[in-house]
Amino acid sequence: MHMADALLAPAVAATMYVASGSAAGVSIHQLRKDDEPGKLPTMAVTAALVFAGQMINYTIPGTGSSGHMCGGMLLSALLGPQAGFLSMIVILAIQCLFFADGGLLALGANVWNMAFYGCFVGYYLIWRPIMRSHLFGQGRGAQRGRIVLASILGCVITLQLGAFSVVLETSLSGITDLPFGAFAALMLPIHLAIGLVEGLITSAVLLFVFESRPELLQCVDVPEGEGSKRSLKAVIAVLAVVALVVGGGLSLLASSNPDGLEWALFGNSEAGYAENMGLDEEDFGVASTAADKAGQIQEATSFLPDYALPDNDSPAGTSLSGVVGSVMVAGVAVLICLAGGFFRKKRAK
Amino acid sequence: MNKMETALHELSQMDELAAQSSPIHRLHPAAKLLTTIVYIVLTVSFPKYALSGLIPMVLWPVLLFQISAIPVRTCFYKLRIVLPLVMAVGLFNPFFDRAPLLSLGALTVSGGVVSMVTLMLKGLFCLMASFLLMATTPIDSLCSALRKLHMPGLIVTLLLLTYRYVGVMTEELAIMTDAYLLRAPGQKGIHISAWGSFLGQLLLRSMDRAQELYGSMLLRGYHEHFHYAEAGPFRLRDGLYTLGCGLVFLLLRFVPVTRLLGSLFVR
Repeated sequence: MHMADALLAPAVAATMYVASGSAAGVSIHQLRKDDEPGKLPTMAVTAALVFAGQMINYTIPGTGSSGHMCGGMLLSALLGPQAGFLSMIVILAIQCLFFADGGLLALGANVWNMAFYGCFVGYYLIWRPIMRSHLFGQGRGAQRGRIVLASILGCVITLQLGAFSVVLETSLSGITDLPFGAFAALMLPIHLAIGLVEGLITSAVLLFVFESRPELLQCVDVPEGEGSKRSLKAVIAVLAVVALVVGGGLSLLASSNPDGLEWALFGNSEAGYAENMGLDEEDFGVASTAADKAGQIQEATSFLPDYALPDNDSPAGTSLSGVVGSVMVAGVAVLICLAGGFFRKKRAK
Repeated sequence: MNKMETALHELSQMDELAAQSSPIHRLHPAAKLLTTIVYIVLTVSFPKYALSGLIPMVLWPVLLFQISAIPVRTCFYKLRIVLPLVMAVGLFNPFFDRAPLLSLGALTVSGGVVSMVTLMLKGLFCLMASFLLMATTPIDSLCSALRKLHMPGLIVTLLLLTYRYVGVMTEELAIMTDAYLLRAPGQKGIHISAWGSFLGQLLLRSMDRAQELYGSMLLRGYHEHFHYAEAGPFRLRDGLYTLGCGLVFLLLRFVPVTRLLGSLFVR
């Protein structure tokens, strides 16, 4: 999901730099206030570990393919959102500078898409509420369940948000002729499957940490005594299905609404971007071409062209059903993988 | 070689390239950083059909490759990571944008093809520019330049420390992966039963290591201030380089050089 420089217009890249920069500023301020100088080496070592850990291939049972770990969720669960965010920035910067994975100009956008959602949204809206809730009851088993649920939900949702932002940023930059809806329908289902696998791997790592050193995790009470012991595999299987349903619903929501969003955003870009950047609109060129193109795309895909509902076989109708269909296919594929692995394991025993 | 050894190899390769000596290597890191950013911004700002205007922008990286004696092959090797997403976005343009834009004799080129090629060239040029920056500037000097440009100290120190530990951690994981795969022949990756423990073990050890690291930093007098390798003063030639490059880029961006050149020969 690392974006290259070529995929962004300077105005969009600058906006994303400002957004990510402000988030980084707030994080630094917060960390200074906490005054834990010993945290710096921990952040550096953990960031380096996550950087290397993302290169490990994990075999997905029942398929020939392999998955990777989700850095943002792991870092914010271990270090907290602010320190996790700064560590992710550094990881992305190293990937960009030394491995050409993502561009220098696109770094702001990449930080937003991968670090901001993973650390802040993932922590404040998913990890913390779930870990503090009494979901699954009390005791160790319940806490394990909550860790798995939070990791999977966190990875799926933050990855969907990230993928959606990639589509949004690229479309706003006027780079592609691919209609917004079609591009979203291409990106979101793929990242739904990836998010699910990443969530499972991240939860496995976090569970290991929980078993041996629970005090290292954020928002986790150090358990006293043994609670009800559940089969971990069963918990993972049930939660994976739940995550799939929720994630699928979200990506549906996200990809079936873009036309309205497009309306608003492209409308603004036409008016403001070139001026905001202090560039002459004629010289700049990108904004006006983008706006023209967007107008054409929007005419073809909007739900209410000229305030009348389109026919059933208009582009809008087919693109919506395409989105629904691809999300379902992705969901079914993942379910088949999970089921295949589950049964093969049973037979092997 | 597994993925991590490849990454280690790439890292050490960049370090070796940055440690060489050439007029470009000797420039002030801040000058190089600023020039690279201006170049990338102007390259990216070309309109989507401006293929002919974009092409002269290749001159600067080509010149830099020659002056600094950095091998181009190393740079193209890194394209494998950048190109896929750019391709995924650009490859659809010829299908959606079929309006003919120019015709060369019998051959008609559609707007989509032009915008696809423009997009890919932009990707290539930006990659070359940032590669050249890193291949001629050691990370320590870059960090001191960032600090001079008022980047918060926390981030810069974190970047430097993380960079040092990336090598250590990647090497450790490469050894672990090799050892694991030797004991699990015919297996593509880490089995689900070891998903948590494989990285988790190293994670726990590393968190402890971080505490020791902090202890040793304190023993050497660390007091929330990190001493960077100083990059030397920003001299006149650094200023001239930045200014000169910036002016040339602006000229290439806003004056249709290719069209002017062409009009000398074709009417």
